[in-house]
Amino acid sequence: MPNQTDRRTDCQWAIEAAGLTKTYGSTKVLDEAGLRVAPGSVFSLLGPNGAGKTTMVRILSTLLRPDAGRARVAGFDIIADRHQVRRSISLTGQYAALDGLLTGVENLRMMARLSGLRGAAAGRRADELLARFGLTEAARRRVATYSGGMRRRLDLAASLVGRPGVIFLDEPTTGLDLPSRQVMWQVIEDLAGSGVTVFLTTQYLEEADQLAGRVAVLDAGRIVAEGTTAELKDRVAGQRLDLTLAGPGAFAEAEHRLGDRATHRDPSALTLGVPTDGTAPAVRALLDEIDPERALVGAFAVRATTLDDVFLALTSPETNPGTCPGTSRKEIAHA
Amino acid sequence: MPEITGAAQPVLAAGHRPAWRLSTPPADYLTMAARCARLATRQVDALVTSLALPVVLMLTFVYLFGGAISTGTRYITYVVPGVLLLCAGVGSATTAVTVCQDMTGGIIDRFRSLDVGSLPILSGHVAASVVRNAASAVLVFAVALGIGFRPHASLAAWAAAAGVLLLYVLAISWLAAAFGLLVASPEAANAFMFVPMIVAYASSAFVPVRTMPSWLHGVAGHQPATLVIETMRGLLLGTHIGANGWQAVAWCGGIFVVSVGLGAAAFRRRTR
Repeated sequence: MPNQTDRRTDCQWAIEAAGLTKTYGSTKVLDEAGLRVAPGSVFSLLGPNGAGKTTMVRILSTLLRPDAGRARVAGFDIIADRHQVRRSISLTGQYAALDGLLTGVENLRMMARLSGLRGAAAGRRADELLARFGLTEAARRRVATYSGGMRRRLDLAASLVGRPGVIFLDEPTTGLDLPSRQVMWQVIEDLAGSGVTVFLTTQYLEEADQLAGRVAVLDAGRIVAEGTTAELKDRVAGQRLDLTLAGPGAFAEAEHRLGDRATHRDPSALTLGVPTDGTAPAVRALLDEIDPERALVGAFAVRATTLDDVFLALTSPETNPGTCPGTSRKEIAHA
Repeated sequence: MPEITGAAQPVLAAGHRPAWRLSTPPADYLTMAARCARLATRQVDALVTSLALPVVLMLTFVYLFGGAISTGTRYITYVVPGVLLLCAGVGSATTAVTVCQDMTGGIIDRFRSLDVGSLPILSGHVAASVVRNAASAVLVFAVALGIGFRPHASLAAWAAAAGVLLLYVLAISWLAAAFGLLVASPEAANAFMFVPMIVAYASSAFVPVRTMPSWLHGVAGHQPATLVIETMRGLLLGTHIGANGWQAVAWCGGIFVVSVGLGAAAFRRRTR
């Protein structure tokens, strides 16, 4: 409980938020969103574009005030104790927060000084981070000449100069090519190993699956699911039955019969996916129901549910790109 | 509203900044000033323009227009303070642009999440403006002396003239910084240059106020640019400055204070 001398409460959560609401005009960007993140863990906020992920990060990192709701980060209230919160966190946004006309080492030294290091200590910290992120060679080049992956790495390095306890990463790999993304993943895994709390947003299910211990799914401003990746997969179903249809007509017919139950649609490959428990009677019953004439389904496969299935099952049709014909699952996971 | 409660185990932050130091550390001002000064030297084209423009403008007025303007003295002697003032004004648009660029780019979020306040951020841009103006003033004086400018000023008068110009630069640059916070794009911020430009042209910078239409005398004779120019002229030529001196200081001080307040308020509004 807050008191006069130390407003920080003893709490077991690195981040805890309840009832966060933010409205722009008539649009409710966040609608009573709440979550809890354990210290030293990697937590991923997953959601489609426009779900409110960036708003959530900006509120938790004190850059934006919520209209309603409360949150504590590193034990401090994000409104009353926002200066203390800022001294405990770092934020890396979607766009590199760096001066392009300055060199890598100049950027890092500046951030080191702003985070309270003086003189030679700022230089040492900058060199240390450049080495850790494989940027020593490029240290004396202007950031404007860096590749996208290098800029992201420098941006993350810049956010670490003050040794924050809680690190916010807003879509850290959006727009990066695959090798650069894998480098970032390694960097984030190393960070998590060093004991800091990482809160990252992503629209890549694969990324959340790879990095995060716990995941919350944000859709249209609401947290629609929360748990470990395994729990979320269990929530939908253990297995998925993938049907390959005989032709476009058969695809349309089967899609119509399945309705909302299909969690995966790929018209170009003529495949539909339906959650199932994977037992023979259940699969047989499903096949009989969809294709009593035994003319539509050409082949089928049963496989483990992915986070994609969870995501598609949980998010609303308006913001769910997977329900739009012609948008393949690949695009959702890798766009 | 749901209650947030928790048990033991505080989450310790390991930052370098002591949590008890909540006011802005003075070093932040230096760091931000160094940043902006360094950025200014990296924009070579803009830097060359800001250094060359005053000299070109002075040569234009002295050799192209000056012959037709009767001021009672050699025109070069008359025009130097006006050139410095006009260029400080036009150059301050750079401050509006760089402030706006910061606000529309990602870096402002980094500064804010490092808990850097609005005053150090804006002061950095103003400091860069002061450095640019100091460099262009030295260049203007050097060229002016080469083409016949002959001041009659003591060291103290030189220092006082420089002080008045500095005060004007601070006031107009802070006003520009506030403007940069109020507009949406750097392109729009650049339009700030027209404010000090019109103010300079409607002053005694290039022609004596008595040659203007009589209805303009009241404004043109007492507006801040005229007061600053007449003060500098008096100090550099060793003539009487009268009430111009303290009025110039009062105007610039007033604009400075109002602009700092406006800038801080606009920053809060923009980052709400």
